[in-house]
Amino acid sequence: MVTVTPLEAELLAVAGAVPDPELPVLTLRELGVLRAVHVRGTDAVEVELTPTYTGCPAVEAMSVDIERVLREHGVREVTVRTVLTPAWSTDDITDEGRRKLQEFGIAPPRTTRAPGPVPLSLGPTRTAAPGTSPDLDAVRCPHCGSAETELLSRFSSTACKALRRCLDCREPFDHFKEL
Amino acid sequence: MTVTVDAAALALGDDALVLSHRLGEWAGHAPVLEEEVALANIALDLLGQARVLLSMAGDEDELAYLREERAFRNLQLVEQPNGDFAHTIARQLYFSTYQRLLYAHLASGDGRFAGLAAKAVKEVAYHQDHAEQWTLRLGDGTDISHERMRTACRALWRYTGEMFEPVEGLDVDWEGLRSAWLESVSAVLLRATLDVPEGPPSGAWSAGAGRQGVHTEPFGLMLAEMQHLHRSHPGASW
Repeated sequence: MVTVTPLEAELLAVAGAVPDPELPVLTLRELGVLRAVHVRGTDAVEVELTPTYTGCPAVEAMSVDIERVLREHGVREVTVRTVLTPAWSTDDITDEGRRKLQEFGIAPPRTTRAPGPVPLSLGPTRTAAPGTSPDLDAVRCPHCGSAETELLSRFSSTACKALRRCLDCREPFDHFKEL
Repeated sequence: MTVTVDAAALALGDDALVLSHRLGEWAGHAPVLEEEVALANIALDLLGQARVLLSMAGDEDELAYLREERAFRNLQLVEQPNGDFAHTIARQLYFSTYQRLLYAHLASGDGRFAGLAAKAVKEVAYHQDHAEQWTLRLGDGTDISHERMRTACRALWRYTGEMFEPVEGLDVDWEGLRSAWLESVSAVLLRATLDVPEGPPSGAWSAGAGRQGVHTEPFGLMLAEMQHLHRSHPGASW
């Protein structure tokens, strides 16, 4: 049984409030990438951070930001360690994080029942209206809320997003795809 | 002096590194902007995997930038030039199907690659989906796209047998992997109205000694470009 001391909980909150460098509307806590803070000795701290994708270049910026805020909080020595296990999943994004993504114009990931890409047949790249898709709900347009949207590209501005377009309001939008 | 070579980490890491570099060559050349972004994202995933794997075998930068051609352990398939878009998609189809099956197997065990494999298999699932959708679209598209895809699938077939040669340090049922791969790839090719290429994917006439450090001519040219900056300016950083 791992117990978290009050100091560790406090430092976890400080580090968790750091905004994501790519999606500054989200904090690292809401993104679910901050795994643990361990106090080692008198004023040395080890932070466990997990990448969203193995090659995510934002990890370095996150590490620098975490070190900075913890030093400002009075910690002398900060080590940020990248951990791969257990693998991060979009299910780790908090409800508050999902709401913020939506407000920011990014369709949040759906809660996965079966992780990975959703099999599509050749041709139609539209998501069906709710009720007709057996596994996942439709990806809704973050602007007008329509469930009638189509896939433009499986990979968008970053590896974690897909590019879609709303068939009702015609706005293109990013979808934080399920992982 | 005996040098211990981490054959498994190098094989998996070099596959990811070399294919990442090849896909990166599409930057500025892809047929449409969305594909440019997609191929770069796939390359980035592979580069991330390569960094973890090569770090298990030694210093990632030294391994990537200072090894000679014969020291690389990647499959000959991944070093093949991009060719036209159909060739790139055929290479993606063959490799991503293999990588997904292999990682899924490694992730299910408790070996040293389980953690990385569990993470990477979810990324690779998107690579495979991307390759399959393009294979269907090109194969079942126009006469020209069908012909080009057919040519590409045939041209690269001879490099696929090497994927199922046992790698020291990986506990895998290679024959089972081969049949699962063949079943998956065949199903996609048939749906795409393409035929499964004839001829054995391995044997006397086929290619495949990349795991032993024997590579095809285009690989030397690729390495020269990939390693040039680091070798000209040792220790350079941004």
